[in-house]
Amino acid sequence: MRFNRAISLSILVLVLLALPFVLPNAYYFDLAIRTAINAIVVIGLNLLIGYTGQISLGHAGFLGIGAYASAILTTRYGLPSVLALLAGAAASGLLALLIARPILRLKGHYLAMATLGLGIIISIVLVNEVALTGGPDGVSVPAFEVMGRAITSERQWYGLIATLLVLTTWLALNLIDSPAGRALQAIHGSETAARVVGVDATSVKVRIFVFSAVFTSIMGSITAHYLAFVTPGLAGFFHSIELVTMVVIGGMASVFGAIVGAVLLTALPQVLATFEGWETVVFGIILVVTMIFLPRGLVPTLALRWRRT
Amino acid sequence: MTLLTVSNLTKSFGGVNAVEDVSFAVQPGTIHAVIGPNGAGKTTLFNLITGIYTPSGGRIQLEDKDVTGQAPESLAKQGMSRTFQNLQVCMNMSAIENVMIGAHLRLNQSLFAAMLRLPSIRTNDKKIREEAAELMQFVGVGRYLDAHASQMPYGSLKRLEIARALAAKPRLLLLDEPAAGLNDTETHEVDELIQKLPSTGVTVVLVEHDMKLVMNISDQILVLNYGRRLAEGTPQEISANPEVIAAYLGVEGA
Repeated sequence: MRFNRAISLSILVLVLLALPFVLPNAYYFDLAIRTAINAIVVIGLNLLIGYTGQISLGHAGFLGIGAYASAILTTRYGLPSVLALLAGAAASGLLALLIARPILRLKGHYLAMATLGLGIIISIVLVNEVALTGGPDGVSVPAFEVMGRAITSERQWYGLIATLLVLTTWLALNLIDSPAGRALQAIHGSETAARVVGVDATSVKVRIFVFSAVFTSIMGSITAHYLAFVTPGLAGFFHSIELVTMVVIGGMASVFGAIVGAVLLTALPQVLATFEGWETVVFGIILVVTMIFLPRGLVPTLALRWRRT
Repeated sequence: MTLLTVSNLTKSFGGVNAVEDVSFAVQPGTIHAVIGPNGAGKTTLFNLITGIYTPSGGRIQLEDKDVTGQAPESLAKQGMSRTFQNLQVCMNMSAIENVMIGAHLRLNQSLFAAMLRLPSIRTNDKKIREEAAELMQFVGVGRYLDAHASQMPYGSLKRLEIARALAAKPRLLLLDEPAAGLNDTETHEVDELIQKLPSTGVTVVLVEHDMKLVMNISDQILVLNYGRRLAEGTPQEISANPEVIAAYLGVEGA
């Protein structure tokens, strides 16, 4: 198993190293970067949904908080981009901490509804606080600066995001194969069993919820700098659903599944654009067929078949 | 000192007393059985002792400490562990991981230390994995070391739960029908396994329907009927008790 992990991680590194030589133009670079950003967010979300079994239909809200914190604090208050990112992360963490205890008492559909509500509230605030957020028109964001150097070119961005993706994958793989990670999975498997062996289920759920909120917020900040412009759509309901779909299609409780899900749902619509107007239908059919024939998600189902043959 | 003291324990569900005024004491290093006809309140009693339910009345003491109404996770810290009549196995994890989770309280739970895979995490995890493998051998499911929990048959899952409970290194272990659904050979194996426990420092309380097993291995037997204590004593006393025989077999004209 350890061995598998090292191989999978090396393959990821090799693919990310090879991509810049294959990508023909800036459009594909942009697509690769967006895909990788989604993959990072989805890996984080999968820790909450796939591993711990706590659904969130509102995580795009935390992307929004991070993105707007970066946009507003850098442009209006002249904060360095890293500080703005940290401020956004702190705000997201605090909000998550405040709501986590009451919200995580809920299970299943009720938890889904509550997190859905949270996401919608955040997105309504972003749309309506026009004076601060620019409302539906959005707000522009300056370049991301790390240690006084601005990241501007597509290649620099690719380097940064690819590094983050490898790092996130490594951290997530480490986590799930550790005492803390097993506690998360045990809560998913049987909360009663977990509590009886001493897992404080409530506090573990709160911790992973807050962690995933902070992580998502940081990625929101980075997304805002990359896009150079944010609109409330980033924080919207549909984006939350899109992220959850990536988790489910790629595979619940699978780190590489999260990456595959992100690649498929980010890149596929672009490829399907040739169907002119029918792409949504084709996309929908692909999703339905995947869920019928690969109900555990792509990566876990295929991994299981591979092991059986 | 008495390890577990239950005094006047009562649990009512909407006016019906599932457990009513039950008192008993468990001495360390013994095997204590709780028996009774279906619906006698045995599992409810277990759920009260292990904090799954909150008692409506009465007291539960671990040694001289009052633990009435404490949550399962805090009782686990004080050395209590249990298995379940209806399996509570994490089917999303491998067999050995299910046992490793039993050692939860002895391990570093920091998310950040785990993500960075600090050397302390790595060495402790290796140690716990070896310990879990030994426990799986001990309870007789050694052949499932590399299996996923979902691939294991029912009888082996029951024993996997015992291994998980033992990984917590409990003082007091409550087994809820460890032999239910097992065939004769398996029951015999579980029987031997439970008898080994007191010598390893684990005091056992078990609910069981298999009378042969209970009579074989128990030091003390508590009989419940309709949520109340019907009798308590050694296996010899219990098997000769007319009230117990009546409750189990029915008395003509009663």
